[in-house]
Amino acid sequence: MKIIVVGCGKVGISIIEQLSLEKHDVTVIDFKADIVTDISNRFDVMGYVGNGASAATLAEAGASETELLIAVTDSDEINLLCCLFAKKAGIKSTIARVRDPRYSEEVSFIKEELGLSLILNPDYDAAREIARLMRFPSADKIDTFAKGRVELLKFEVLEGSLLEGKSLIEIGKIVSTEVLICAVSRGDEVIIPNGVFRLEKGDMINVIASSQAARVFCKKIGIETHQVKDCIIAGGGRTAFYLAQQLLLSGVDVKIIESDRARCESLAEQLPKATVICGDATNQEILLEEGIEQAEGFVSLTGMDEGNMFLSLYAKKCSKAKVVTKLNYFASNDIVKNFNLGSIITPKNISADLVVSYARARQNSIDYGESNVETLYKIVDNKVEALEFGISKNSPVAGVPILQLKLKPDILLGCIIRGKKMLIVNGQSVINEGDTVIVITTRKGLKDIRDILA
Amino acid sequence: MNIAFIIYIIGWVIVVESVAMLFPALTGLIYMESTGLYYLGVAAFFAIIGLLIIRKRPEKQQIFAREGFAVVGLSWIFLSIIGALPLFISGEIPSFTDALFETVSGFTTTGSSILTDVEKMSHPGLLWRSLSHWIGGMGVFVFILSIMPLAGGSNIHLMRAESPGPQVGKLVPKLKDTAKILYTIYATMTFIMFVLLLIAKMPVFDAIITSVGTAGTGGFGIKSDSIGSYSDQIKWIVTVFMALFGINFNFYFFIIAGNLKEAFRIEEVRWYITAILISIVIIAFNIRGIFGSLYECFREAAFQVSSLVTSTGFATTDFNMWPPLSKIILVSLMFMGACAGSTGGGIKVVRYVILFKAIKNEVASYIQPRSVKTVTMDGKPLDKDIIRGVLVFIGAYASVFSVSLLILAANGFDIVTNFTAVVACLSNIGPGLEVVGPAGNFAGFSDLSKFVLIFDMLAGRLEIFPMLILLSPRMWKKFK
Repeated sequence: MKIIVVGCGKVGISIIEQLSLEKHDVTVIDFKADIVTDISNRFDVMGYVGNGASAATLAEAGASETELLIAVTDSDEINLLCCLFAKKAGIKSTIARVRDPRYSEEVSFIKEELGLSLILNPDYDAAREIARLMRFPSADKIDTFAKGRVELLKFEVLEGSLLEGKSLIEIGKIVSTEVLICAVSRGDEVIIPNGVFRLEKGDMINVIASSQAARVFCKKIGIETHQVKDCIIAGGGRTAFYLAQQLLLSGVDVKIIESDRARCESLAEQLPKATVICGDATNQEILLEEGIEQAEGFVSLTGMDEGNMFLSLYAKKCSKAKVVTKLNYFASNDIVKNFNLGSIITPKNISADLVVSYARARQNSIDYGESNVETLYKIVDNKVEALEFGISKNSPVAGVPILQLKLKPDILLGCIIRGKKMLIVNGQSVINEGDTVIVITTRKGLKDIRDILA
Repeated sequence: MNIAFIIYIIGWVIVVESVAMLFPALTGLIYMESTGLYYLGVAAFFAIIGLLIIRKRPEKQQIFAREGFAVVGLSWIFLSIIGALPLFISGEIPSFTDALFETVSGFTTTGSSILTDVEKMSHPGLLWRSLSHWIGGMGVFVFILSIMPLAGGSNIHLMRAESPGPQVGKLVPKLKDTAKILYTIYATMTFIMFVLLLIAKMPVFDAIITSVGTAGTGGFGIKSDSIGSYSDQIKWIVTVFMALFGINFNFYFFIIAGNLKEAFRIEEVRWYITAILISIVIIAFNIRGIFGSLYECFREAAFQVSSLVTSTGFATTDFNMWPPLSKIILVSLMFMGACAGSTGGGIKVVRYVILFKAIKNEVASYIQPRSVKTVTMDGKPLDKDIIRGVLVFIGAYASVFSVSLLILAANGFDIVTNFTAVVACLSNIGPGLEVVGPAGNFAGFSDLSKFVLIFDMLAGRLEIFPMLILLSPRMWKKFK
């Protein structure tokens, strides 16, 4: 599929990287020549130097044959203008990044009026993910599928845990809940486990469950599941604002530490219920004074990766809080994984995943006439994909017990969503027409449910 | 350095070359000539070696500019050595240096020969020489990139190191698709020329040799007088196609895409055509005493100009006998060469255009020191780095030229011979003047001189730097 990406910032590069890995024909526009040169040396894409919000540049970049345009320059207005011109030039789908909180109330209005397919707000999306973690702090990472009905949670198997040394069949007997352990990462390896697979201490397990079942599961294996009562946010940027907004709504006490007084005042004005502290979060005394030792949640959201890392390491050391660290540049760094930073959130990757999942759905509707992949999640350091497939009429997987389907290796049918119910798959389960199926796999590039069959 | 990946790519080069060698083997079968067997043997041997190398893809496929240059330089050396083996083993060219010279001359699309009597060569040998033009013309890597399963964007470094021109870009977002488009245009044009030659009643074998030799802008012929003894019709077909293969392939891509405006906006192509036309007219009037009619003058002038500006090197007459003005124009055209992004050699028209624009700007800045001007090309401002690159390239070209000339001078030939022999090799033309003129050959040079010329041919084809880089000790240090 032909895709134009306008703007090569952090988010832009992350999107370009993912899309070119997915073998799309990507054309990149940015007005800085050296960045374009660098990008076309690193990825198999075509680069143009110019203004993306110009009809002439878009035409030169081949807008007439392009399916999708993604505008991620650092200006919201240019992004919207870009999408507007792109529509006029005949590009069917457009995605814009709009991140200024002043527009956030009107996102759906803008989307509708300008005919956008998707609006990216990396800060907001990151905040939503952090808020989810604060509501369920024992998980290391939480994704949702099927419009929030299914959760995918990541846990670490701690020493002395009930899970340690047990095979999946034994665990099934102990917890007797509708949950499925779908992927296990052990060291650098990622395993799609079968029933006799034994868990070890230090494994990171990914569990599929409905939100109720997830809580039951945690109780049975002896993990606390209540929502945090309070949360300290270090850094008062846009993500902090969105996060505070969402946490306050679910009744969490929020304390924001920000060093810029003007920013503090504006936060205090917009978030009357939150406590806004004007001070340097890297100062340990201030953190102690504000009660970091008793805090149940701690999020480091300053603009500097290094600062965030140290803040989180400190929070981990002096408190029992659920710690979340925002990392932008060092997210894929192998060294960072060895640090005890709690959950790591990378806004640019969250945006890139959204775009890739949209691009896949578009590609599918081109290839097969109707969309087949509904959402795509990359889990476990992008090594595993969880895909949601709609089951259409005459699908070869429908109406046959799962045991009788010949699946390719490294593919696991996670669960079936039928109406509002979620069913964990076992050998006797039968997929019906109209169901939605979640497939977990280490194979890349599945496009249709037929691709899972050997 | 990613040595594993370099070896892997060289493996591919060897496999592609082995497959190409099957064609002369087949020719041997058709003409029942035993020399074909040597090609079959060499092909089989290296196919096995190559396949063993490419059996497993290296895990790390990340390459940088340095690997790009190294792998291209090394591969061309391997390509030439392996290509020389059948000529040497079969005994058709008894000296290995000569066989290597002939093969390098083939792959670099030079067309300079050490053969004193080309008509004695066997059919497989003739085909192999000319086929090497076709492979070397568009480039081995462009071909490999179009078929090899490669991931990642860094492979653009491979294409950049092999393709001529100051700015090597892609036509479409994917490198693989770009490479496929280039080869499709190349193969289609070659085929059209082949069919036209057949229609003009050229024998099949001659038509194959002539069309692949023209496509790669190589210039190996199968007759002592090159194209001289063929009909007028054939001469014109060759004239036009030589000029066409010297045009930047982006031009054809834009035309196929229906974007005529964009195609004719390429300044280089306009200058290239202008230079050809002006040269033809001047030479045609300058040589009117030699030929009977003005038509003949134009025919000969057009053929020779087209042949030398594109660095093909076919000849229909011994232009060594022409008046000095014509010879000077021809030698100037040899330096300039064809368009970037074509199969032709030389410094390239685009570099000349940029050079003259830079000079114009420099002059303007002397007159009005405070004036600010940018150099534009095809309606877009040119990056300072590209202008700098062009100037350095021309400087490097001149340096390699002078050093080579110095070494060649030891042979005792006259100045014109030495001078044009170096241009002919460095610009990948083929024939020069005097001893190495269209009626002569390179057999008289010493082995040392031949190696210098071999280096020049490779340096000319790969645009100097990939070869210079191989000579730099810095390149091979582990950490520098």
